[in-house]
Amino acid sequence: MKKLLASSALAIVAMSGAAFAGGHGTTACLITKTDTNPFFVKMREGATAAAEELGINLLTFAGRVDGDHETQVAAIETCIAEGASGILLAASDTSSIVPAVMEARDAGLVVIALDTPLSPIDAADATFATDNFLAGELIGQWAAATMGDAAADAKIAMLDLAVSQPTVGVLRDQGFLTGFGIDVMDPTRWGDETDPRIVGNEVTAGNEEGGRTAMEALLAVEPEINVVYTINEPAAAGAYEALKSVGRENDVLIVSVDGGCPGVQNVADGVIGATSQQYPLLMAALGIEAIAAFAADGTLPAPTEGKDFFDTGVALVTANPAEGVDSIDVAEGMALCWG
Amino acid sequence: MSPQDNYEAVVANASDKVAEFDQGPKGFIGRFQSLLHRFPAAVSLIVLLVAIPVFGLLIDREPIMYSLGLVDLEDIGNSRYRFFSLRTLSFILEQVMIVGIVGAAQALVILTAGIDLSVGAIMVLSSVVMGQFTFRYGLPVEVAILCGLVCGGLIGSLNGWLVAVMKLPPFIVTLGMWQIVLAANFLYSANETIRSQDISADAPLLQFFGQTAMTIGGDESGRGGANFTYGVLFMILLVIILAYALRQTAWGRHVYAVGDDPEAAELSGVNVKKILISVYALSGLICAFAGWALIGRIGSVSPTSGQLANIDSITAVVIGGISLFGGRGSILGMIFGAFIVGVFTMGLRLLGADAQWTYLLIGALIIAAVAVDQWIRKVAS
Repeated sequence: MKKLLASSALAIVAMSGAAFAGGHGTTACLITKTDTNPFFVKMREGATAAAEELGINLLTFAGRVDGDHETQVAAIETCIAEGASGILLAASDTSSIVPAVMEARDAGLVVIALDTPLSPIDAADATFATDNFLAGELIGQWAAATMGDAAADAKIAMLDLAVSQPTVGVLRDQGFLTGFGIDVMDPTRWGDETDPRIVGNEVTAGNEEGGRTAMEALLAVEPEINVVYTINEPAAAGAYEALKSVGRENDVLIVSVDGGCPGVQNVADGVIGATSQQYPLLMAALGIEAIAAFAADGTLPAPTEGKDFFDTGVALVTANPAEGVDSIDVAEGMALCWG
Repeated sequence: MSPQDNYEAVVANASDKVAEFDQGPKGFIGRFQSLLHRFPAAVSLIVLLVAIPVFGLLIDREPIMYSLGLVDLEDIGNSRYRFFSLRTLSFILEQVMIVGIVGAAQALVILTAGIDLSVGAIMVLSSVVMGQFTFRYGLPVEVAILCGLVCGGLIGSLNGWLVAVMKLPPFIVTLGMWQIVLAANFLYSANETIRSQDISADAPLLQFFGQTAMTIGGDESGRGGANFTYGVLFMILLVIILAYALRQTAWGRHVYAVGDDPEAAELSGVNVKKILISVYALSGLICAFAGWALIGRIGSVSPTSGQLANIDSITAVVIGGISLFGGRGSILGMIFGAFIVGVFTMGLRLLGADAQWTYLLIGALIIAAVAVDQWIRKVAS
């Protein structure tokens, strides 16, 4: 047993030696919420490809489930111990992770938040993310433009993420309402709106099952719902099943956010009217480049002008473009989709 | 003739009781307690029967008053029933379906004084096997479904073997199996969803349990009425069959005997190992059917769904008055328990309450149910 331990320890030393010899001695870490969600799988692919191209040694970590905070803290500590130059972090718990992030920054690492801004956002050196408010605004504008005059007495179902109101869910929700032309009251919370067009807010956990159950609850409140906002495409697919069960799937407008391949295919099939597509591959690739630049000469990435983060872009995917709302068609969306 | 000599008359007045146990003083509560001891499903049925009118009065107060002619339509603005409507009824049935089926599997295991934490994971893996075998390997959909059912049955049998033959505690065995099966599910599926539209185009049989079996009410195209899917009918049928098997067959009596006292059962000639393995295997198979029904419910094959099915099923079983110590309870109680959760969830949503209130109330119900169970057990001791 001792012999085995000794030889495997030797092997590990030899392996890390080889890694250093092969690269420029730059190590980067990628820490995601889970490694099962296709969004983060795609993110890892993007980071791995970029790291290979730049000759960077990449270590990847992931929580076991969304919300697994402890594993992410342990991963940050491992990266500090490893002497990495930088960390790309999609945090599960955006405020509790801050002390660990500070520890890493004090140790001289650059920390870049991917996809999910930390709270406060300046706890990270930089944030590469989708403008989720804009993503929501696009689908809101599209829905309003598609309905035309009928938008004035729309009956809207809001299928949100979770009762804890994580920022990504709030931004998309409030963006949608703003785009649709509804007063959002407090923009940091959903559910405080008083516009009678909103039938209600329900949470979905971002999956099919939650989407269907939430849609059923809102249909029980108001059977004549004709616009459905969904936090993501799996929730949209679930909502569609609920509408189908009561024979209303063809006269309801469903909008969503994400741009995953099954979601874009659902746009092509008419399940989802329009979706805002985000780009995790690009997010991760840009992050790796930023760490390489920091390792080379200490430059920090600058945020997009007028925003407090680097905007990795968002595009509206729809088969029925609306007047005055920029969009790409389904074929283009398919070419750019992830997962 | 003196009265003492009139033997006939004395006999007529004498007590005709034979030797009996002293029951002690028994008021209304005592009789209620022994009623519950004989019909453990009664508590959950009473809670359900109380919850329905209470929620109905809270939610549909205005249309009820309008129907009784107590208010004018102008004063309330809406005379539509939201809770007492066929559509709401069918939504509750649909939402209870998965928990009801998985709960039946859980109830069987808990009757043997075990617990099965892996039920939800088995359900999801089975549904993923059915979907991936059809779409990844191109197998005929009937064969793929059969493979999924076999998969569930095998995992259940393995649980049963570890519990019965290896004598490992059920909690630990199924805790481990839960992790193993869930990880296998994510590794095998790569967390890829199979879309509802692809399934209905190429393998509609996978969505069989989501199809409408009958419609009650509504207009001629069925809109506005209550749709009962095959999944709901399957759940009801399953519970009836299991209730019959548990009450009327030797196997069923043996399940209760093993749960009550495995050593006594063994001494009376019950093959305890065989019974335990059969219960866990059947539980796995029922979970696989739940996986099939899950595809019907959400349309797609989604590896991330059903994460809380094990907790939800235990909740239904406990609220349904099945004793976690085994050997007592009725599978009908489980279904009442599942409906209590369904009615509370829908009712509180229609009242516009925060979703957390549902969990809070369900939590209180769980503790109350176990407290009642302990109280009922005093009759036995």
